[in-house]
Order: sequence, then structure tokens, then C-alpha cells
Amino acid sequence: MKLSKLIPVLALGVTMTVAAQIAAAADLVVGVSWSNFQEERWKTDEAAMKSALDAGGAKYISSDAGGSAEKQLADVESLIARGANAIIILAWDADAVLPAVAKAQAEGIPVLGYDRLIEAPGVFYLTFDNVEVGRMQARAVYKVQPKGNYVYIKGAPTDPNADFLHGGQVEILKAAIDKGDIKIVGEQYTDGWKPENAQRNMEQILTANNNKVDAVVASNDGTAGGVVAALTAQGMEGTPVSGQDGDHAALNRVARGWQTVSVWKDARALGKAAGDIAVQLAKGMKGSEVKGAIKWSGGAKGVKMDAILLAPVPITRDNLNVVIDAGWVSKAVVCQGVTKNPPAACK
Amino acid sequence: MKAPPSKTTRAKTDAPSGIMALIRTAEIDTRMLTMVTVLIGIWIAMDLLTQGLFMTSRNLYNLAVQSSVVAIMATGMVLVIVARHIDLSVGSVMGFTGMVIAWLQVDVFPLGAAWNWPSTVLLGLMLGAMIGAWQGYWISYRAIPAFVVTLGGLLMFRGFAFLVTDGRTVAPMDATYQLLGGGIDGSIGATWSWICGLVAIAILGLLTIRQRNSRTAHGFSVKPMWMEIALFAMWVAVIIGFVMVMNSYTKPRSDIARGIPVPVLALIGVVLVMNMIARRTSFGRHVFAMGGNPQAAELTGIDVKKMTLIIFVVMGILCGIAAVITTARLNAGANSMGQLAELSVIGGTSLAGGVGSIAGAILGAVIMQSLENGMVLMGVSSAMRQVVIGLVLLIAVWFDTLYKQSR
Repeated sequence: MKLSKLIPVLALGVTMTVAAQIAAAADLVVGVSWSNFQEERWKTDEAAMKSALDAGGAKYISSDAGGSAEKQLADVESLIARGANAIIILAWDADAVLPAVAKAQAEGIPVLGYDRLIEAPGVFYLTFDNVEVGRMQARAVYKVQPKGNYVYIKGAPTDPNADFLHGGQVEILKAAIDKGDIKIVGEQYTDGWKPENAQRNMEQILTANNNKVDAVVASNDGTAGGVVAALTAQGMEGTPVSGQDGDHAALNRVARGWQTVSVWKDARALGKAAGDIAVQLAKGMKGSEVKGAIKWSGGAKGVKMDAILLAPVPITRDNLNVVIDAGWVSKAVVCQGVTKNPPAACK
Repeated sequence: MKAPPSKTTRAKTDAPSGIMALIRTAEIDTRMLTMVTVLIGIWIAMDLLTQGLFMTSRNLYNLAVQSSVVAIMATGMVLVIVARHIDLSVGSVMGFTGMVIAWLQVDVFPLGAAWNWPSTVLLGLMLGAMIGAWQGYWISYRAIPAFVVTLGGLLMFRGFAFLVTDGRTVAPMDATYQLLGGGIDGSIGATWSWICGLVAIAILGLLTIRQRNSRTAHGFSVKPMWMEIALFAMWVAVIIGFVMVMNSYTKPRSDIARGIPVPVLALIGVVLVMNMIARRTSFGRHVFAMGGNPQAAELTGIDVKKMTLIIFVVMGILCGIAAVITTARLNAGANSMGQLAELSVIGGTSLAGGVGSIAGAILGAVIMQSLENGMVLMGVSSAMRQVVIGLVLLIAVWFDTLYKQSR
């Protein structure tokens, strides 16, 4: 083949490739890097995110790191390669993901840290206020049991959220502890947030205190389930216990009077907000211009970031109807087996 | 009953003097003796460190229930390890079968129906057996190393456990079913505990007499009479002590004795059956022959493949039993159930040197759980607990190696 003939062919090819790239750039693409899809709630987030992106005219592409920090680095790179205009990252390891964030930012792609903090300048942080969740847990328990022996059942020692939560809990109870109204008689982390571990730890704390426990501040509904099982084995069900996530089983416990509160973070609200914000960022809006954005610097390194912290809702027996009305769970599930002294939502 | 004098004198003259000789004549496995000593040492240390909290009837009851799940699986792991395999998937299999049981019981079958929970238990055990057969098939008939197959199983069944309800925790379980978990009503009360204890003593007595007679009849040496009686008395003391401890723990705000918890009864049942399988059936003997020398076993006509398959089926069923107890105890099915349980199970079994003593595996499981239990009582952080338990495992196996070399 002669060179002269080859040139037009090459030129055509180049033109087509460029055209394809322009076409791709014309549609908005939002990439989402999930940390570990192996958890019920992220599916709810994803559905809400997808519909928000659809509404904003953006295409959804995603990858799942399956609980591996290394894989998440590669995932973000591949999202960049696939032409994402904005990237939402649910970080598996908030520090290990930083190189990937830097790479995206170098390409001019805005990054949204979803649910878990990615502490880097320029990243938009969207989450539920976890410290506030902790405060709500402690507040609800304190309200029904302002005095006596308290136990902290904390989350996984490897999860920074566990400490955010605990920080909020301590903030509320500190005054009463200093005054001597409340005594902390047990405090344990729960490896892997596992209910069985929470149950065993609670059994041991009950043994160590000869059952003299008046309230338990548990950090989520799974651990609360273990705690309630341990309390029930001592005939102590009804002792104030906190939780979070709005697990179906936990809402049933709230209706039965075995759990005081389940702080509910509506994953659909978070997913929708992420979709909306990502579309705006992808269109070139600055983080500070996003509606409702605040300047936040509450992370460990004190980096100043644009952020939106959604407020969670504490669900107690008085407002169980909120979760039912929102379609989060059916009344039959919440009220199953509730016979004596049913809450208003079950009547 | 009296031993023929000639045998007694022979035993006396053969044996060198000293404690070791006594132990040898009593036919006590020295490794078991070491483990019991270690266990007692840990208990005393824990009791001192917790100002007497550890050795309360309440905590020993807790310890018994907490140990039973791991111990049940450890009895199967012994066979697996004897046959020179490993099963990394036990925690995941337990989680998956547990989720299926909980899901069937709460979401599928009608709530409150009397047949509900028994059928879920049965289906759970069948599922465990099927999973065991699946893994056993790949290991034996497709010659894929057990490490690989069960590592795959660890991932697969953990995934299935999630998929059963898409990660949702299923609760609460049937009220009768909860008794299986050893909760507030999950024990058999004082009277039945004593009956169980006395039956155990009677059976033990009969077995001792029968063994002694048959040994005499076949001309084997027998232990001196005083030693036989002393050993028997020791076992009687252990059984009575156990029943008394379980009975002195009362239900809250009452003086009704709890008695032996159901999970421990399940464990005892499992141990009896597994011991019988290991010692009295041709399957058990073949497994040990395979472990000793797989090639030779095959040449003598043992169907090694079939035996391997059965071992994994047994392991699967035991995981099913463990799943029943865990879900009943937690009063819920959660997809994270049994995560890292494989480490406790393999760890407990390895403490016994992993060479095929079911009693040793259970002791190992109790030792591991005692450390965990005691350290939580002391308020030790979870990270520190992991460090200590890891170290204890390492040191225990090191001692075992030293002991083997010195022999």
C-alpha cells in the first residue's frame, strides 16, 4: 500500500476517534466507585442515585472494589478512562484512596466523597452527620434513663465512623457522667460490627456487673440485636438500648419495647442528593456553589472542604409511622408479634 | 470385681517409678493432660484477674454456651485434619445455613405453626450435608486440594448468606426454637440435669467394667484396681461438679435453677455420636488409616474418595447444627454470622495438635473461648485480645512440637 493512500485512511480514523470522544463528552457520565457492594443498604443508595442521575440526564457507570483498597484505586482509574465527568467514591480506605482522588482531580474531574470521609482539598463531602447520629442515640436513651449504669457497645475498631458515633454519644452524656448521675460500667468495641460479638461482650459485661446495667448505648442495629439477645437471656428486655440504620428487625424491637431508638438514615435521601450534586459538579459547578453546601473541617486532618451533612431521624416508638409512611418497611413487619402495649403506629 | 494378681504385678514390675509411670499406667494421654493443666491454669489466672468473677456459676454457664458452637464444629474438623485436609469454609457454611433457616422460619413458613421450626432445622441440616457433599465431591473425585475448594466455599457461601435476604437481618425467631440457643428458658432445669448426670455416671461405670472384663478375657494388662477406681471417681466428680455448677446458676429474680443449657446438651450429643463414629465404625477406622498413610490405605482397598466425601458431609451437618444454635441464641439470622469462625475452629483443633482427638479439639475450643471470655470480663480491648489469643495458639503448638521432639 502506498503511503499517499494510507494517509486519508488514517486521517479518517483519527477524525472518527475524536468525534467519538466528543460525542462521549457531550453526554454527562457519572462514575461511582463502591467500596463493598456486599451490604444491603448500598443497593438502596444505588437505586436512588441512578434515578437522580437519570433525571439530571447523566449516564451511570460503576465499579465495586469488593472491600479492597488496591482494587478501588484501579476502579477509579478505569472510571476516569471510561470518560466519567464526575466521580462519586464510597471509600473503602479513606487514606489509601487518596492517590486515585489526586489523579481524578489532575484530570479536572470533580470527586464526591460519599458517606465516608475522604479528607482531601477539593473533594465534596456528602454524608449523614455521624456525630449527630451518636448524639441522637445517647439523647434518646438519656431521655428515658437519665441516671444509672450505662454500657457503650461501640462499632468496629477499624471503622472511623465508630469513633464519630462514640464522640457524639459521649458529648451528650458527659455532663451527667461528670455529675455522677451516670456511671459507665462497660465499654467494648465490636469486631466487624458483628451481632454475635456484641452479644458475647454484653453477656460478659452483665456478668461483670451482676446485671446492674440500666441502659446500653449500642452504635447500630446489628449490635443492638446482640445486646437485646443478651439482655433477654437475663430477663432484662426493655432496658433502654440504642441503635441506628432502621433495620427491619430493629424497628420490630422498637415496636415491642425492646429497643429505645433506631436512628434512621434514609439511604434514598443520601443517594438522591449524591446524584443531584454529581450532575451539578459534572456540569462544571464549583463545590461551594452547590445549594446547601457548607464549609466543613471536622475531619482528623482539619482539611477545609465543601460539604453537605444530612440530618438523620431518630425513630422511637412514638414516630414509627415515619418509616412506615416513607415506604421503608411495611406495617406488618414493624408490628409483627406486638401484642401488649402497642405503639400508636401499630394500633 | 478383682483383677487377676499376676497382671497387676506385671504392670507394677514393668513400669518405672515416678509420676510419668503412673500416668502411663493410667493410660492418660499426656497431651490431654497438658491441655487440661493449661486450661486449669488459665481459669485460675482469669479468676484471680477478675476478682473471682470468672469462676462464678453464671460465667461458667456463659462459657459453656459460648464454647459449644465452636466445639461442635471442631469435632468435625478433627476428622478433616486427620484425613490430611482442611476446611476453611465452616464459618461461611454456618452463616449460609443459618440465614436459610432464619429466612424459612420467619419469611416463608407460617409463623407460629408447630411444624415450622422442626422442619427448618431439618432443612438446615440437609443443606449443610449437601454443601459438604458438593465440596467433598470436588476434593475427592476431582482431586482439587481441599484448601482451594474450601477457600472457594468460604467466599461462595458467605456470598450466598448475603443473597438469601439481600443482607437483611431476619428476626425474631420462633419462641420454641429460641430454647435451642440456651437463653432464659433454654436449659433443662435441676431435675433433668441430675438425671442426665446420673445416667452419664451409670454408663461410664458400665463401660469401665466392660472394658476391664474384656481386657482380662483377652489377656491384656489392666490398670491396678485402685487406679481404676480413682479415675472413675475423678470422672464422677467432674460430672457432678458440672451439674452442680449449672444448677447453681438461677434464672433472674428467682431461685429456679437453670441446669444444663441446651447447646451444651447438643454438644454432648455430637461428641458421643462423633466418638462412636470415629472409634466403632469402619468409616472411622478408615479415616484414621487414610490419615496415617493414604497410599497404603488405598492399596488395602479403602475407598478413600468415598471416605473423603463422607467426612465433608459430616462437617457440613455439624455446621448446620452450629447454625441452629447460633441463630436460636442470637434470636436472629444475620449474614455476618460465623465470620472468622473458621479460625476459632481450626485454632481450637490445632491446640490439640490436630492429630485426631475429639476430646482434645473440644478442650482446645474451650481454652480459646476461656481466654476470650475472661479478657472481656477484664475489659481488655478487642485488638489486645486478638494479640493474646494468636500468641497463645502459637506457643501452645510450639510446646507440642517440643514435646514431640523430646520423645
